[in-house]
Amino acid sequence: MIHTLSVLVEDRPGALMRISSMFARRGYNIESLAVGPTERPHVSRIVMRVDCSQHSLEQIEKQMHKLVNVLRVSELQHGQAVERELALITVAAPPAKRAELLSLAEVLGVRVADVGPSAIVFEVVGGSEQIDTFEELVRPHGIKELARTGRIGLARASATRSDGNRQLVHT
Amino acid sequence: MPMNGADALLRSLEAEGVDTVFGIPGGAILPTYDALARGTTIRHVLARHEQGAGHMAEGYARASGNVGVAFATSGPGATNLVTPIADAWMDSTPLVCITGQVRSSLIGTDAFQECDITGITIPIVKHSWLVQDVEELPHAIKAAFHIAQTGRCGPVLVDIPRDVQEAALDFEYPDEIDLPGWRPAAGVNVKQVRAAAQAIAQAQRPVLYVGGGTINADACVELRRLAELWQLPVVTTLMAKGAFPETHALHFGWPGMHGAKWSNWAMNKCDLLVAVGARFDDRVTGKLAAFARGASVIHLDVDAAEIGKLRHAEVPVVGPLKDILAQLGDVFEELRDQGVRTQTEPWLAQLSSWRDEFPLRYGQQGDLLKPQRVLEALQAQTSGRDDIVWTTGVGQHQMWAMQYLLCDRPRSFITSGGLGTMGYGLPAAVGAKAARPDATVVCVDGDGCFQMTSQELATSVTEDLPIVVVIVNNGYLGMVRQWQDMFFEERFSQVRLDAGSPDYAKLAEAYGAVGLRVEDEDELDSALAEALACGRTAVVDCRVEPTEHCFPMIPAGAAALDLVEYGQQQAVPVF
Repeated sequence: MIHTLSVLVEDRPGALMRISSMFARRGYNIESLAVGPTERPHVSRIVMRVDCSQHSLEQIEKQMHKLVNVLRVSELQHGQAVERELALITVAAPPAKRAELLSLAEVLGVRVADVGPSAIVFEVVGGSEQIDTFEELVRPHGIKELARTGRIGLARASATRSDGNRQLVHT
Repeated sequence: MPMNGADALLRSLEAEGVDTVFGIPGGAILPTYDALARGTTIRHVLARHEQGAGHMAEGYARASGNVGVAFATSGPGATNLVTPIADAWMDSTPLVCITGQVRSSLIGTDAFQECDITGITIPIVKHSWLVQDVEELPHAIKAAFHIAQTGRCGPVLVDIPRDVQEAALDFEYPDEIDLPGWRPAAGVNVKQVRAAAQAIAQAQRPVLYVGGGTINADACVELRRLAELWQLPVVTTLMAKGAFPETHALHFGWPGMHGAKWSNWAMNKCDLLVAVGARFDDRVTGKLAAFARGASVIHLDVDAAEIGKLRHAEVPVVGPLKDILAQLGDVFEELRDQGVRTQTEPWLAQLSSWRDEFPLRYGQQGDLLKPQRVLEALQAQTSGRDDIVWTTGVGQHQMWAMQYLLCDRPRSFITSGGLGTMGYGLPAAVGAKAARPDATVVCVDGDGCFQMTSQELATSVTEDLPIVVVIVNNGYLGMVRQWQDMFFEERFSQVRLDAGSPDYAKLAEAYGAVGLRVEDEDELDSALAEALACGRTAVVDCRVEPTEHCFPMIPAGAAALDLVEYGQQQAVPVF
């Protein structure tokens, strides 16, 4: 099962390497990873998606807590977090096909980032499923290049905790 | 106070109470060695190889309970420390390694003797620093010592570029440091302690499965109080040897691959297994799915990540073991005062009868000296002495040392458990002697292990840190040979060491140490007595039966209850 972890870390050299090294060494695979600054100076948020069992997830959380640069680990639970991903997709668009693609984008709320003589770069923001849907729809037209950011997420403003749904605490 | 980074490093170490460091100088750490020459209260022990320096620091830490400190230069000096760092990681030994690094301006250019030691060691340290600004140096040292010895102990590394060692700063050692991400378990959940006590009180066949964490936590007194209050049998792992007196009536040996049959039966036929600072290592459990099948588990550990890692714990208690065991003791004192009585007598009687039924045995045939005899003689000569500290290498001799030497005190048996580092014993003995000058430090070694770090005899002799090395010399990589014999149809592959090996007694003499050789049982007692009494570094080369196997043995991958005893080797199944 895929879990989304939100990890607050001190912005120090090697912090990401320590985390990724722990994953590699203990045999856990990271599906996607997004790192960026937060509202606090010198603190970064890492949002990672991990495909693992509940038992492995608990191990991952505990091992991450032992890393000195890791400040907090929480799991973003489905439905109780706002999650977004950005994709840029360059699709082959000869003049004859351009109108069809643009109307498709409009229907799905996808922005056009750039238009060239024979291709369009689309900018898709949303959940993974929305991006997957758009990707499948334009695939028959010919996807020339694709880049995805990996998912970022925050707990819903309506959720009881400010950072994710399940603060991981050990007894 | 104005000074340079190297002086600030030494003042910081002095402020941490460091009295001894082990190391070897080199280009990138020259400013620090210059600071040593200009004056410090710290004793520097000059090793002959950085691996030796690292194991000395480990031996020092294990013998004293304080943090061990090793110095090395950049590049090869630093990489030679990797094995001791990994060893300290596996055995939770508090270690601070200080490495020189090339100048900041050269980092990343493949400069002479440059290597990314902080990168290399990431999987095997609790934390590390590459100090880029001299102002950060005192904080890094303070944090390094704090992290090495709080929570679960372990190694940390501080890598200091040469220009940072030379840079000027106004030194002030911080009283406190802010480590927002380092919060080892400090308190104990009282409810969990109560739940654990209740489970223990109700158990018919409980066993305390005691690991090395108990010694690291300085919790041996609390352990003994608990065991005696409720008459709980104690089994100590290799890393916990000495955590509970081995001559105590409640001590029931050592679990695992070469543990006693009665100990493994205790672990596997109990109804409640209380893991105390132990981690369900595969060498203890054998086939995990078959381990202690009928038992519930209480797991006491300072490291939450150990709970449930390999075996589900019905009652986990996370926190400092000293506090957990003390609180458990308090509960059982209350129970006793309320008139509640332990129910363990029949179980203790059962364990005692198994111990009588399945003693350690080995063959007496043949004219050659049996390796087990060497250990029995050492035990007989040191029995009752409270000044003995043992160290070992890794292999058959180590397992015989576990079986035949009886330790009544913590920190009197120092060995490489998790990593299984051959060559650990001799430098660890030098480090232990530096930590406890009044102790008689004896390294029980194998001939394979001895040859991996024998250069540290020079350190022992020249630094006036006399130790006794007893080589159980069978001319083979004995444990490997045993596996090839038992599991690879006697195809012996690259395990012979006798042809062309030096005369170890003469080698000892060449280093200025005492060298003795034992070929007959008749010579054994006098040679050991001479070595123990001489007050100098001594090597006793005991030529033993080369084909002896170490029993009992749980074949790798087998269930612990399928352990093979002496005389049953023909019945060994293939796994």
